[in-house]
Amino acid sequence: MPEGSIKDGIGASVRRKEDKRFLTGSGRYTADITRPGQLHVHFIRSVHAHANIKAIRKDAAAAAEGVVAIFTGEDVAADGIGGPICGWVVTNRDGSPTNEPPHPILANGAVRYVGDHVVAVIAETLEQAMNAAELVEIDYEVLAPVVDLAHAGSGPQIHENVPGNMYFDFELGDEAAAAAALDSAATVVELEVRNNRLIPNAMEPRAALAEYDPIDDSYTLFTTSQNPHLTRLVIGAFMLSIPESKLRVVAPDVGGGFGSKIYVYPEEAVCTWASKKLQRPVKWTADRSESFLADAHGRDHINKVRMALDKDNRITGLRVDTVANIGSYLSAFSVVTPTILHAPLLSGCYRIPAIYTNVKGMATTTAPVDAYRGAGRPEATYLLERVMDTAARQVGMDPAEFRRMNFIPKDAFPYQTPVALQYDIGDYEPPLDKALEMIDYKGFEARRAEAASRGKYRGIGLSSYIEACGIAPSAVAGALGARVGLYESATVRVDPTGTVNVFTGTHSHGQGHDTTFAQIVADKLGVDIGSVEIIHGDSDRIPFGMGSYGSRSLAVGGAAIAKAVDKVIEKSKIIAAHLMEAADADVVFADGKFTVAGTDNEKGFGEIALAAYVPHNYPHDRLEPGLEETAFYDPLNFTYPSGTHIAEVEIDPSTGVVELVDWACCDDFGNLINPMIVEGQVHGGIAQGVGQALLENAHYDETGQLITASYMDYCMPRADDLPNFKVDYTVTACTHNDLGVKGCGEAGAIASPPALINAVIDALAPLGVTDMSMPATPEKVWRAINDAQTEAAE
Amino acid sequence: MHHTTYMKAGNTDDAVARMADGGQLLAGGMTLIPTMKQRLANPETLVDLAGCGLAGIEDQGDSIRIGAMTRHADVAGSDLVRGAIPALAALAGGIGDRQVRNRGTIGGSVANNDPSACYPAAVLGLGGTVHTDRRDIAADDFFTGMFETALDEDEMITAVSFPKTGKAAYVKFPNPASRYAMVGVFVASAVDGTRVAVTGAGSDGVFRHAGMEAALDAGFSAGSLDGITVDADEMISDIHASGDYRAHLVREIAKRAVAAC
Repeated sequence: MPEGSIKDGIGASVRRKEDKRFLTGSGRYTADITRPGQLHVHFIRSVHAHANIKAIRKDAAAAAEGVVAIFTGEDVAADGIGGPICGWVVTNRDGSPTNEPPHPILANGAVRYVGDHVVAVIAETLEQAMNAAELVEIDYEVLAPVVDLAHAGSGPQIHENVPGNMYFDFELGDEAAAAAALDSAATVVELEVRNNRLIPNAMEPRAALAEYDPIDDSYTLFTTSQNPHLTRLVIGAFMLSIPESKLRVVAPDVGGGFGSKIYVYPEEAVCTWASKKLQRPVKWTADRSESFLADAHGRDHINKVRMALDKDNRITGLRVDTVANIGSYLSAFSVVTPTILHAPLLSGCYRIPAIYTNVKGMATTTAPVDAYRGAGRPEATYLLERVMDTAARQVGMDPAEFRRMNFIPKDAFPYQTPVALQYDIGDYEPPLDKALEMIDYKGFEARRAEAASRGKYRGIGLSSYIEACGIAPSAVAGALGARVGLYESATVRVDPTGTVNVFTGTHSHGQGHDTTFAQIVADKLGVDIGSVEIIHGDSDRIPFGMGSYGSRSLAVGGAAIAKAVDKVIEKSKIIAAHLMEAADADVVFADGKFTVAGTDNEKGFGEIALAAYVPHNYPHDRLEPGLEETAFYDPLNFTYPSGTHIAEVEIDPSTGVVELVDWACCDDFGNLINPMIVEGQVHGGIAQGVGQALLENAHYDETGQLITASYMDYCMPRADDLPNFKVDYTVTACTHNDLGVKGCGEAGAIASPPALINAVIDALAPLGVTDMSMPATPEKVWRAINDAQTEAAE
Repeated sequence: MHHTTYMKAGNTDDAVARMADGGQLLAGGMTLIPTMKQRLANPETLVDLAGCGLAGIEDQGDSIRIGAMTRHADVAGSDLVRGAIPALAALAGGIGDRQVRNRGTIGGSVANNDPSACYPAAVLGLGGTVHTDRRDIAADDFFTGMFETALDEDEMITAVSFPKTGKAAYVKFPNPASRYAMVGVFVASAVDGTRVAVTGAGSDGVFRHAGMEAALDAGFSAGSLDGITVDADEMISDIHASGDYRAHLVREIAKRAVAAC
């Protein structure tokens, strides 16, 4: 393709450049990497939810074939190795700080969940390590577990410095105003919901391979991370106490994360620490059982909701009291997820004058809980969209019209909510109308009647969501307790021949950055997308980066790339002006060419690149040679994707099976760079939401054993659980980044669970059913039908 | 996985001899291999039956004889089975996924007697016969409890025979996670009357339901099962389904199987 064409630029559904290697098995993942002399570590994990460690006898194991070392928490403590830190804390209602217990990378004295890391057995081969592990004897004094979230506060105390098992007690909003609204309401709507606990299940299990170089006393850690620079910062500065410059962290191809690979985990720190102690590379790859037990889980809230309506059914107030399960230790973003990423979203896309919320973060003897696709926003959206339907039913309004009349009107932007956020732009009626049309909302009653003639209950459910992406303005985040900045960096390095290398601080673990980011650069520079390489995931190659999560890669990382490209263009213009003997201001850049207004002079982008590196005729008085620019972009605000999703279901009353028969959604993600990739994100997000609403549930029994610890018992959504999705968009461009983009990675997972549960309840509403918990399993639905029929008979 | 020694048996006698020496028979490995990978089974010796000549399907007049090492996909795709006992072919075609159906065997499944497996329902529902290296065992005598069979320690299945019948159906209500049968019901009209075999649900593994069989003998229609009760106390109860829900499903799925006959 000739230089200057933008066929594959912004707005084109370019096929993903990275898919060839992914689909042909040619990806290079951490587990694919082998270093000379590498050892293998196997972790012995706690079989008890809560116990004191009385003794660890490792002599027999140490003598076993191939064993090189066996480490315990005492070895970690002796070397002064720190644990993973909590990256964002909050201030309690009473002004006190979050209670932060220690989190040793190998348990020292006590274990606090099934799967807790107790002993690292390191051997020449993995099989030898596993064989030796069977010879290690651990004496436990078993303690009472804390599993029931609702009563976690009255359970035995899990950490010395976490009284009442409460890590934090957070509030946001105006309690008195919300109380006044509820006191004077014409209608009060009450609802208690449980946001079920999920296990992320990235396709690639976590893995780490650490290598120590004694020549310059430095480490290289290959690991499955969504943010290698954060991993470097935490392991270097907080855990191993080594200079950051002595640790290189590489996250090569990573097969999905959904949040679970944001956090620094003990295993990768153990590998790094042990690589120096043993002077040999140390490798670990989780098996699927370890992923179930010890990846950070997601969600797990109990939310009590009270909503006030006036006599015209306008919302006047909202109070939400949440108990959030944080698990056994504070994972990196475990505190921010149910607080800062949750509470400010409680206004949704509605005008609600008074909002107050309290969130109590509880310790339990279960795996740590942290951000999982959506991170706080799905929990907020679920309770809000559930109570919206409950309210509409209570006052006898159509749920679509009840939402519409309470939407923030389009002329009210920028709109300041009572829970801290200021929405820059949005228009909520067009996506609602479009989605209603796509699913043929008007024809629903006829479809319900037709289904009834076949003995099926048909229901329809809406969810009009908003979310906050592009985390975050660093100053705002800092004021709210963040211990990191949340800008993003990009370096654009143009080669002498005009090819372009883009070094981004975001990380792609399936999102398609190689393609989307290349489209932005190709579009702006007017070059072929094939001449743009996207480089990420290596702390030695990237200036700095905060990684990928919270649907931030495009809105923050893409914006940084656009800024760096703009700097390249500005410098190129000066070079072009020099070469064409024109004034800077007369040079125009378009379609990959620099021209001088009013003349036929022109220079291609490639010519300018060559001149920058072969500066024989060059404005040396004004510019340095070379063509490479770096930009750090710190966003001015969050971005606010929104939209409406509608689910339609049919229920078989004789079995309780819910069949999802139709799905329509209309999202406003601002401008789209690659609509095909966006559609893929929407599909994947909905699939995960359907999983949460119908299928998935992490179940601990009363002793704290994880019962759903394999795919035999943990139900992942499959293709045949899903209908074809009808997907469309409206666009209100984000006002504060140059690309006008908002982010699309989590919206489907945020919007979909309440739509689906609302549809299930709608199907059963004629029987008198008003509630359904997630996941809506066949037995639960069958029981709800039976109970309603029994009640009707009485 | 622990270290193990893999060997191939050349014929049935060879396999039985190696089993007597402590070898663990490998008949597809769809249960055994995952269990070994989890270190829950650690056989020192694996004896692969793939080379024993036990695969194949034979027409024996009134019955069909299926060799123990015949894979599910071959039963599902067999014109002979599809013509003579279409319900059996359909059952085989619904086991696991494509990969499992191309590795797993009927002998392996029947010998394992997993309470959620499909094949035991067919063997019991059709009133089949299990042939071993030393005797023939009627289906009614073969399945003795969850993962328990009438096989002696050193006894090996060589084939399973099924009487031909066109009036039979198997309906499975899959566990949403594993897609094994949470309730599976095989209904067949056999020479000695109607047989109803239930898998996935019973706490003692696959079982026949006498009440349903009697009701269907009195009148073969789904409606005949309306008044039938299934004892919830005899059902498996777990996080996926309680005993009373499974009991309800047994009757419901049985009705669907009857309707499909």
